[in-house]
Amino acid sequence: MMTTTTVEQPVGFIRRALSNRWIALAFLALYIVIVYAALFGLERASPIFPILSTLAFAPFALTPFVTMALSIDWRFKGLAILLLLFVLMPILGMKDTSFLELAIQICIFAGLALGLNIVVGFAGLLDLGYIAFFAVGAYLWAMFTSPVETYIKVSNALVPASSFYLFMFIGVIIAAIGGILLGLPVLRLRGDYLAIVTLGFGEMIRILAQNSDTVGNPPINFTNGSQGLDGVARPPIPQFLRDLVPTVENALKLDINNAQTVTQQLLFYFIAILVIVIIILVARRLENSPIGRAWTAIREDEVAAIAMGVPLVRMKLLAFAMGASFAGAIGVLYASKQTFVSPESFSLSQSISILAMVIVGGIGSIQGVLLGACVVTLLNLLVLKNLSTQISNWRNIDAIVPHWLIIIVAVIIGLFLLWQAWKLVRSYVNSTRFQTSGIANIIGAVVLAMIAIAAIVFAFTSGEFHIRDWPTQLEPARYERLVFGILLIIMMIFRPAGLLPEGRRRLELQAAKTEQKIEGEV
Amino acid sequence: MKTKRFILMVLLTMVAIAMNAAVLRAQDAKVIKIASQSPLSGGQALSGTSMRNAIELAIADLKQPLVDLGFDVQYVPFDDQATPDVGVSNAQNMVNDPAILVVIGHWNSGVAIPSSEVYNTYDLAMISPANTNPRVTSRGLSVVNRVCGRDDNQGPTGAKFLAGLGTVKSVYVLHDKTPYGQGIATFFQTEAEAQGIAVLGFEGTEEKSNFDGIIQPILATAPDAIYFGGIYDQTAVFLSQARAAGYTGIFMGPDGTDASDFAALAGEAAVGTYYTSAAGPLSVFPDAAKFVEDYNTAYGENPQPYGPESYDATAVALHAIQVAIELNGGELPSRAQVAAAVRGTADFQGLTGPISFDAYGDRATANYYVSQVKSGDPALWSENELLDTVTVASPFTALLESAMGQ
Amino acid sequence: MVSNQATSSWLYRYVVLPLGQMLIFIVGAALLMTLFAYALAVLFPTPRPNIILADQIGRQLPGMIISGVTIGFVYAMIALGYTLVYGVLKFINFAHSEIFMFGGVVGFEVIRRIADAGFLESWSPLLLVVLIVITSMICSGLLAVIIERVAYRPLRGAPRLVPLISAIGISFFLADAVRAFEAVTRNAFKLTYPVSNIPALSTPISIQIGTTPVNIRVTSIIVIVAAMLMLVALNYFVNGTKLGRGIRAVSQDMSTASLMGINVNLMISLTFFVGGAFGGAAGSLFGLNVGTIDPFVGFIPGLKAFTAAVLGGIGNVTGALLGGLMLGMLESFLSGILVYFPALGGRYTDIFTFLVLILVLIFRPSGLLGERVDEKV
Repeated sequence: MMTTTTVEQPVGFIRRALSNRWIALAFLALYIVIVYAALFGLERASPIFPILSTLAFAPFALTPFVTMALSIDWRFKGLAILLLLFVLMPILGMKDTSFLELAIQICIFAGLALGLNIVVGFAGLLDLGYIAFFAVGAYLWAMFTSPVETYIKVSNALVPASSFYLFMFIGVIIAAIGGILLGLPVLRLRGDYLAIVTLGFGEMIRILAQNSDTVGNPPINFTNGSQGLDGVARPPIPQFLRDLVPTVENALKLDINNAQTVTQQLLFYFIAILVIVIIILVARRLENSPIGRAWTAIREDEVAAIAMGVPLVRMKLLAFAMGASFAGAIGVLYASKQTFVSPESFSLSQSISILAMVIVGGIGSIQGVLLGACVVTLLNLLVLKNLSTQISNWRNIDAIVPHWLIIIVAVIIGLFLLWQAWKLVRSYVNSTRFQTSGIANIIGAVVLAMIAIAAIVFAFTSGEFHIRDWPTQLEPARYERLVFGILLIIMMIFRPAGLLPEGRRRLELQAAKTEQKIEGEV
Repeated sequence: MKTKRFILMVLLTMVAIAMNAAVLRAQDAKVIKIASQSPLSGGQALSGTSMRNAIELAIADLKQPLVDLGFDVQYVPFDDQATPDVGVSNAQNMVNDPAILVVIGHWNSGVAIPSSEVYNTYDLAMISPANTNPRVTSRGLSVVNRVCGRDDNQGPTGAKFLAGLGTVKSVYVLHDKTPYGQGIATFFQTEAEAQGIAVLGFEGTEEKSNFDGIIQPILATAPDAIYFGGIYDQTAVFLSQARAAGYTGIFMGPDGTDASDFAALAGEAAVGTYYTSAAGPLSVFPDAAKFVEDYNTAYGENPQPYGPESYDATAVALHAIQVAIELNGGELPSRAQVAAAVRGTADFQGLTGPISFDAYGDRATANYYVSQVKSGDPALWSENELLDTVTVASPFTALLESAMGQ
Repeated sequence: MVSNQATSSWLYRYVVLPLGQMLIFIVGAALLMTLFAYALAVLFPTPRPNIILADQIGRQLPGMIISGVTIGFVYAMIALGYTLVYGVLKFINFAHSEIFMFGGVVGFEVIRRIADAGFLESWSPLLLVVLIVITSMICSGLLAVIIERVAYRPLRGAPRLVPLISAIGISFFLADAVRAFEAVTRNAFKLTYPVSNIPALSTPISIQIGTTPVNIRVTSIIVIVAAMLMLVALNYFVNGTKLGRGIRAVSQDMSTASLMGINVNLMISLTFFVGGAFGGAAGSLFGLNVGTIDPFVGFIPGLKAFTAAVLGGIGNVTGALLGGLMLGMLESFLSGILVYFPALGGRYTDIFTFLVLILVLIFRPSGLLGERVDEKV
């Protein structure tokens, strides 16, 4: 896409400069300082807080990836990331807990994406029902600690909140068993059939959760059905954390008026970081082990793997079990953070979201999957939500979009569309034979041109736009799927290997692309 | 690609700093935010948006006393999409903003119940204009209050009315599996059986488009009436399919039926439907005439049922904040103080009458209305015929009165 | 579909045989489910007090069969879209459920605008139905072709997962785009077909079977008749025309077909058009039948139709029909009978449906009518 040489020179210069370790280190330090200062300086009361916090937090959340990408000494990289995770983020969180909330959610989805990566990325088994294991972990903790009148509560089997860590472990085991149970019937299935059966399993778990409030006769309530389980217990806050907050508050002269919220969120944050680190370590160990290589063999060519003596059944079941176990642990964490669990959070679209995170990030690559989870979560939870809040803020102060701004935006969009239409026409004119695709080009060009002209004309004839006239059914927070869908389509067309692809994958897709170019269209 | 990303990031953060520096900082200490949660998108958006609009109107009308005390009052509406998860997420977000002192919401009891757990943990007061399930207040949370009635009174009102018709000997009860729908269906069922009406079936469904499979068994049992504890975006579709399949009996619903979209979705099939509601038709509130007029001027249409209740909830909230400020010596009060002031509301004159909260946060006495749909035209929804009004004290108030009577 | 080699008349080959086959499927599925239902009645004579299961089944049988056939044909038409595309490209078009929804929304817009212009009462109901269905077929077909051109063709050489994700992306995008469109133009989410204002379509037909009056919805009959007509037409198209032969050739072996002089891209576009058209027809017929749709209505029927296509053997057109009918019948009977079992209730219908799918796939991994594709090493 970047074709003009006038842009290449400064970019090339920057790239060369950054390959020098000290310049790169200075750049990183400057980057962190600027972004952090921007975040710290944000004022919640300001009406444009939502947009500002989006613009400032997104680069901050991507700092670990920036760090890893720069060519500096690994010791500095480690130091920077430790500083970021254990000093900078918590302090920022103390100032404004909504950032901690975001960080925790990113960690949760990153954990899920890493788990799915093992099944889909390492072993090549397309699992569309992955969210079921997440549900198992979440419901496990919720059923045993919720004060709702379920069978467990009635039989006095509730557990104290301090058994949270034990239950994370139990969640791992139970989810792993679930993974094996899922894997057993689907061993013989390939590709699309595997996808539909795993999808069916995911849906079945959700429906079971939804309907297990009147099981049998007389009816026994297990999961409280679609009403969900609320009041789920949170792990007790250790004393050192409780003491930590006032200490930091005094040392940095912060003004914290909700110490209880802060301490609670900090606890979840640290637990989440710990869990993610453990998951990353386990995943890396698996990747570089004989098990990981066996998975690669199965993924690439199952028949050849069998011929080479890879124990297919055991390896497949192991993949399902390991992937599921990550989800189980994260499920327990999620349940206690939300204090509310209902079947709706475990629908098919969640499974697909996680799959999308894996694909967008780079299937099979741990770093890629982490980046994918980060990007997608930021998109859903930061960008779109803040856009919604921003619009309602603007509604409040009766903000008006001036006419000239509308014209400029419409002209830019219109020119872009006309340029695309021109490209279509040119490719039709240049093609050497008449084919149906040529007519499609012309139709496409005409349609684009019409849209462009309509947009520009509309912009000129409309007046200024009152934000309060924005229809309420058009809440941006509700349109995550639209943005998501466009993101997926664009990623697949332009970068099908993902943002940070694994080496083998990238080669594979590059080969496919060149092959396609050589053949031309079939 | 990565280099470009770096440059982009750096540029963006510089823009962020610049924009931030350009913003006025004068506002921080003296901003009060009132938040609301209701479905602003999806099938129930009509009611949720009406709630939101009524709240906005109330804030505009009644914020002057607070402005005079030196505070800026802002309104932050949230879309809970009628989904518990989203409601809880929004609640988690909300509590992180220290300027938000009160939440007006929700529309669905099933969303209110888990979200109120979050509000309770952070002492954030919640006033509900429309949540009728008993469990909303029966948990004894000190921050939860409501200006409407309860389903353990509304359900039996419906059953008694049906029994009073004399022609209903059997009923088939459906619900939508939410706490609200299932709750009120259960209350209705218990009272119906007590009144001698045979309950031929009690089924829950989450189906929203194709009710064929459910209608078959119902028609086979041939009940005199069907009661559907659910909300109009589901019950109206069910009714129109049931009528098309040949059902000729009575149809009754709870206050989830009370919205003009019921007529819009069911068309002519809606005529003759009975429904109970904890929200009165606009004609019943003499003080609400001006509110209706203002609403029409601002939003171009009549408010939906629960509009006046939303207005009142906001009025109570603003009044309570004012009380809390004065008790706090003119300074911004804490959330706990506001919650206490809200709970202490006594004989506050609202559009829907005098409002007092009992020790559980219920409205001390509430009215329940039984109406019948007269026309399939949604614009004429407020002209539905009001058949009966029942006044019932909240359980706690009733208990007090009987104790004092002795 | 089976084509008779002997010199039978055109009518016999392309009308009687397919219709006969469809009727056999319907009757077979109905018999199977009835047997299953009465077997349950023998095993559990009174699942609830005062309920004799056999009596209830008897009363509900005509209704269950008709609603099973109706929804079965809807699923079959949607499943055709999945199976046709899979046949030529070996790829699951996840966006097909949204094409179904799109057809429903187009049908809604057409009938809504006619109603707003005041012609609803004056035009003949038959004309209205034909207009709605044809328009939605054309629009959905075109949409499918555009999607293929824009999002699938550039990805043709890529590994399996890539176009699948792209399809998912399109599905998400379409659902929300339609939602945004309706939000901006009508500020509405639920879209109602004003069928109740057309007496000819909204009054049920009442017939007496023995002592029980059975009410049949007119829209159900419309769905069944329309579906049968379209399936007959499809059968003729696929088996009796040159274009149809081209599609079959491409689905058998793409490169050989292109060597034979067939314009493969045209065939693929045509397949998408036909599949999309059927999905769109299913959408508007479904909308007519249930009365109200919303932009997310495509998800569950799409999932079930996909299950039906896999059940019947994906890639096989007859299999799609069989799978759809079977699934529709199963669903209808289960939700009608499970209601009487207090331990279960009608909510478990979906679970049983999935269980059936999984069982079938375990014992016949290629589906009921699918071919065993051996893995070539």
